[in-house]
Amino acid sequence: MAKKFLYLNRKAPYGTVYALESLEVVLIAAAFEQEVSLAFLDDGVYQIAKGQTPKAVGMKNFSPTYNALGDYGITKLYVERESLVERGLTEDDLMPIVYEDEDDDYTEKPSVQVISRTEMAKIMAEQDVTFSF
Amino acid sequence: MKYTIMVNEGPYQHQSSDSALQFVRAALEKGHEIFRVFFYHDGVNNGTRLAVPPKDDRMLQKEWSELAEKHGLDLVICIAAAQRRGLMDASEAKRQGLNADNIASGFRISGLGQLIDGGIESDRTIVFGD
Amino acid sequence: MAMLHIVNKSPFERNALKSCLAHALSGDAVLLIEDAVIGVVSGSTLVTELQQAMNGNAVKLYALSPDLAARGVKAERVLEGIQLVDYAGFVDLTVANEKTQSWL
Repeated sequence: MAKKFLYLNRKAPYGTVYALESLEVVLIAAAFEQEVSLAFLDDGVYQIAKGQTPKAVGMKNFSPTYNALGDYGITKLYVERESLVERGLTEDDLMPIVYEDEDDDYTEKPSVQVISRTEMAKIMAEQDVTFSF
Repeated sequence: MKYTIMVNEGPYQHQSSDSALQFVRAALEKGHEIFRVFFYHDGVNNGTRLAVPPKDDRMLQKEWSELAEKHGLDLVICIAAAQRRGLMDASEAKRQGLNADNIASGFRISGLGQLIDGGIESDRTIVFGD
Repeated sequence: MAMLHIVNKSPFERNALKSCLAHALSGDAVLLIEDAVIGVVSGSTLVTELQQAMNGNAVKLYALSPDLAARGVKAERVLEGIQLVDYAGFVDLTVANEKTQSWL
């Protein structure tokens, strides 16, 4: 039986390598036919922020890869509303990440779901394995 | 109970390698099985054999190697993280055209799939990091 | 179906413990290790928050005694209600709680 895997992202990108290397694990995880969810809370919400331009700091912009996750069957990206609000952000500050739903005539649907802290706690509790970054 | 342990920080800089080592020892003493220890991020640096800490300090890399030998542990270093940070076994060094390898005994270099597989196969997955 | 939350950051430096306590559910356990043990000293500004977690939300709080000892914190300085465990006790907590989540 497939297990539920949660990738818990609580750190901003670029300041440390965790966001990038978390994404690298997620891409590999897609091949294992397990149930994969990504959680973005605390500073982690910045990982999927719009307009990332790290050129001048000398790093590669890896944020477009989040848009490709749908092609790997990874369609559950949970973002915590309270974490956004605390940082002066709204959902409009996030990349519009979508996937094509093959069970619904390949209609484009949003992968990002902004949820409350209470809902996030519930999602955490449903997991079998949580990888923290 | 069957465990997979993930170690995300290098030795000495952060306590996570020490904590993981103590946890693994305690789990083994209680008769649990350590299915795999997976080293990721700077955690790959736990697998170098070229560390020479002062004599009065602990030797973390050696302690992992010795524990692996004694209990047959599977110590896996993530290849992608290792390539970034210069951790090489002989075959990988050869493949990259490098003239030296530095992996400690008891460790092996493999892919991230080994981490996912550990999560699938184990009853518990515990992450140590920063 | 309880969860063991593991926190390793000083609550005076990072928000990991705060965030953890905001997500821990009734019946969950929270284990403080490494620098996080700094947060359990009786008389610190964290006391109200920790008591609320224990009494208000029925979250069980633990601290790793070797990490307290390493930092010179004696057991009698630890806030009442927080249980001390060694590494063997840490292992037991991962057995007793079906899930584990680290707050890195």
